[in-house]
Amino acid sequence: MSWVSVGHVRDLTPGEGRTFVVDGHQIAVFLLPDGSVRATTAVCPHRGGPLADGQIDSDVVVCPLHQYAFAFESGLCTTGEVEPVPIYAARLQDEAIHIRV
Amino acid sequence: MTRRRLLVIGNGMAGARTVEEIIHRGGKEQFDITMIGDEPYGNYNRIMLSHVLAGEATIDDDDLLLNPMSWYRDNGVTLYAGDRATRLDRFAKYVRCESGRSVSYDTLIIATGSTSFFPNIDGLRASDGHLMKGVFGFRNIEDTNGMLQMAHSRDKTHAVVIGGGLLGLEAAYGLRTQGLTVDVVHSPSYLMNQQLDERGGNVLRREIEKLGIAVHTGARTTSVHRDAADDVTGVGFADGTDLPADMVVVTAGIRPNTEFARAGGVIVERGIVVDDHMRCEDESAIYAVGECVQHRGEVYGLVAPVWEQAVTLADHLTGANPDAAYHGSRITTKLKVAGIDVAAMGVKGPERDDDEFVQFYEPSTGVYKSVVVRDGKLIGAMLLGDVSKIGYLSQAFDDKVPLPEERISMLFDLGGPGETTGAMELADDAQVCNCNGVTKGAIVDCVHRGASSLSEVIAQTRAGKGCGSCKNLVGDIVACAAGGTLEPDPAADYYVPCIPLTKPQLIAEVRDRGLRSVSAVFADLAVDGKEDATAKMPLASLLRIIWGPDWADERGALFINDRVHANIQRDGTFSVVPQMKGGVTTPDQLRKIADVADKYNVPMVKVTGGQRIDLLGIKKEELPRVWEDLGMPSGFAYGKSMRTVKTCVGSDFCRYGLGDSTALGVELETRLQGLESPAKLKMAVAGCPRNCSEALCKDVGVVAVGSGWEIYLGGAAGAHIRKGDLFTTVETPDEVLLLCGRFVQYYRENAKWLERTYDFVPRVGLDTLKSVLLDDSEGIAAELDARLQLSVEGYRDPWLERAAPRSPAQFASALPLLPLPRVPVR
Ligand SMILES: Cc1cc2nc3c(=O)[nH]c(=O)nc-3n(C[C@H](O)[C@H](O)[C@H](O)COP(=O)(O)OP(=O)(O)OC[C@H]3O[C@@H](n4cnc5c(N)ncnc54)[C@H](O)[C@@H]3O)c2cc1C
Ligand code: SF4
Ligand code: SF4
Ligand code: FES
Repeated sequence: MSWVSVGHVRDLTPGEGRTFVVDGHQIAVFLLPDGSVRATTAVCPHRGGPLADGQIDSDVVVCPLHQYAFAFESGLCTTGEVEPVPIYAARLQDEAIHIRV
Repeated sequence: MTRRRLLVIGNGMAGARTVEEIIHRGGKEQFDITMIGDEPYGNYNRIMLSHVLAGEATIDDDDLLLNPMSWYRDNGVTLYAGDRATRLDRFAKYVRCESGRSVSYDTLIIATGSTSFFPNIDGLRASDGHLMKGVFGFRNIEDTNGMLQMAHSRDKTHAVVIGGGLLGLEAAYGLRTQGLTVDVVHSPSYLMNQQLDERGGNVLRREIEKLGIAVHTGARTTSVHRDAADDVTGVGFADGTDLPADMVVVTAGIRPNTEFARAGGVIVERGIVVDDHMRCEDESAIYAVGECVQHRGEVYGLVAPVWEQAVTLADHLTGANPDAAYHGSRITTKLKVAGIDVAAMGVKGPERDDDEFVQFYEPSTGVYKSVVVRDGKLIGAMLLGDVSKIGYLSQAFDDKVPLPEERISMLFDLGGPGETTGAMELADDAQVCNCNGVTKGAIVDCVHRGASSLSEVIAQTRAGKGCGSCKNLVGDIVACAAGGTLEPDPAADYYVPCIPLTKPQLIAEVRDRGLRSVSAVFADLAVDGKEDATAKMPLASLLRIIWGPDWADERGALFINDRVHANIQRDGTFSVVPQMKGGVTTPDQLRKIADVADKYNVPMVKVTGGQRIDLLGIKKEELPRVWEDLGMPSGFAYGKSMRTVKTCVGSDFCRYGLGDSTALGVELETRLQGLESPAKLKMAVAGCPRNCSEALCKDVGVVAVGSGWEIYLGGAAGAHIRKGDLFTTVETPDEVLLLCGRFVQYYRENAKWLERTYDFVPRVGLDTLKSVLLDDSEGIAAELDARLQLSVEGYRDPWLERAAPRSPAQFASALPLLPLPRVPVR
């Protein structure tokens, strides 16, 4: 496991997500209103929806396709019996987004 | 740790559920899971086949599929669908399939279920053992499709169903619903003799006959008659009589599929013999589960025991619960048979002199209930037509609640508080939905996790999605759990759950405080100032209604469709619908659309129900260029907003036309285009009461009647069908524009989020709408008109954002490069 820089936080506005590809991993990165970042696998475990297109708050991302919500903390689905989404540690360093993969 | 290879034979309800339970217990870490199933699909809800046959569901319904193919992929389960396991070598530990494939295992689970039993009747099977044409079992999708095809292949089809048990009655009901003439032939003296006593069987018979199905009991079928072309012409009985028939459905019982196990040397009696861990007798690595097993001498034919077995097996294999053991199931049958509620458990009648026996029988309503009590314990019960006491009775049957002194109150709620107490009394582990194995606890959990409506709970837990007999009980439990039945829940009127204000209160606060962004609304008004992802879309909509173009656009506040002004599709691509006001287009527009479709290799070009052209399958990053090349404004086919005004040709061309519906439709769309609203708005204008543009079932519909124009409100023809209410009749198109606009503004300001007009109009009441909007009883008409005018003037084609994206991520691909569910290219 190591931290990898994937892009610049200026590529996002608060509440938005964006997909990055790191080492063959498809990772959705979200910028929270408090300025921190979160990362999950880009593919919704339900039916493969694009999670980066989902809406978020400080706790969850809501998939745009069928509105299942997944917790950033644990990856667990908070609204139904869907498999958890794999999550990644994410942090900002000098405005660069770092993901641990 | 290397993972053990787990192989499951049979991808039906038991096999797939067991795998689901294993994964649920973290089993993916322990096992590499492979499944072999001879049906060429994922796992589906067999029980729903009854609904499919009756035309109440279709083969591709989401409800039917319990585990679609993607589930296996997503969970790392290798599924060989459409292949049949034929040989088991339990010493070398591998299984050989019909395709020649062989699969090795460390642990094997046999879940082969059962098949229809075909008794010895001449003319059923050909000499090679295959079913002859016109003969069907009722077990799988193939059988069901076969029956449906035959049913529709000619006009007057006559079906004879052999066997009057659960399956037979379901088959008869389904075929009858498809319009066939149906006879049920049953050799015992009354229907469903396994579950019911004679009186119960007779009550059921009368209900079945009311459906137009003929019933013949005590009739043993001996032959199927065929003509020279081998087509079925009738069936013959032991007493020498016969019945005409074009098709024969055999539902004379089921037999466990044990051949695979038996040939491999596993011990089989009536079923595959298993112990309390579901392990096959004398085997260390082979288990069996489902209808194919025999446990303590019992073979089950319903799904509830299958769920219990699956849980035990998963607990045992994963080590999640080392003490897990299956002790057999006490069967409480609770079914909807041919639309009639039937429940039965334990013994059918008194067996000893001092058994208490309480019966209620009301022939006129088809209600029959009985209970048998021995030594103060419930040992049997039967309910037909009214199963409201089933929750209580099944608990009493499990010894979980004491019996009342007054035995008759086990059958009725005598002055008591009614059925909801039944729901309240139920223990958490009581199974409510037998078909999908859902307990009361799971339903209550679901509500506590935030599901606020019955339909949400049903969608999330699947409770009620099988035979449907538990829906009322599920509703009661949801109501109890939500605490909503006794006290009205004030939260029900909040516009969004995290802000304790109704919509009018919220609008007033937003205006007073000048809140223009969603984050400001959260900060000022939400509980603890905390954001809630699901509240963002409704709040953004509300701010746009209040402030028009002057709201503070925050990207994160908008749902993806509203961020990129296109409708997201199941594969993550988007659909692009340019505006075509009133459905009127020009050769030039069509040429442009065709060019764009070519240039971007658009997989599907489709004419929509709203009289426009939809380009489906556009990638997000291509949207700005597509808009540029089209050079047409957005048609708003994606938003909670005014969508289209559908028109007929009207007086310009139509020989019946009484008014220029096209011109008025175009004007109406021009005025109201793009307005955000609580839910989508679809409108139509018709040139005469022939109503070719279907104006009577639109949110707003306008019909020319010669002397003027009628305005209808609250119609729908989508998930709900509703004829619009006649609001008023006016003389001029200008009045139409004014009043439609006024209604739309009132709806925008007062409807709940996602409340369509077909709910809003009846909720508010047509009279109120008339008095407020026509007679101006509240003196707000002028304000409504003025606020609408502001919004109208604030309209700006969102596709112009192509020139200057709102954020760097706006048109960045969110689509992973993985193969997602693909939309087929036509
Ligand atoms: C029309 C209908 C209505 C029903 N209604 C109800 C109801 O209302 N309530 C209720 O409780 N129950 C009902 N049932 C019964 C319920 O569907 C069964 O109890 C349940 O499906 C049993 O699950 P199972 O996994 O043991 O068997 P199945 O679901 O039959 O699964 C077995 C699977 O194994 C496959 N298979 C068999 N042999 C092999 C092999 N050698 N290689 C590979 N694959 C193999 C089969 O093709 C099948 O897909 C109904 C059944 C039918 C057909
Ligand atoms: S609704 Fe009337 S005017 Fe319009 S096309 Fe039909 S018949 Fe003609
Ligand atoms: S387009 Fe409408 S009706 Fe068709 S599948 Fe989608 S939601 Fe259902
Ligand atoms: S694909 Fe994400 S919720 Fe369905």
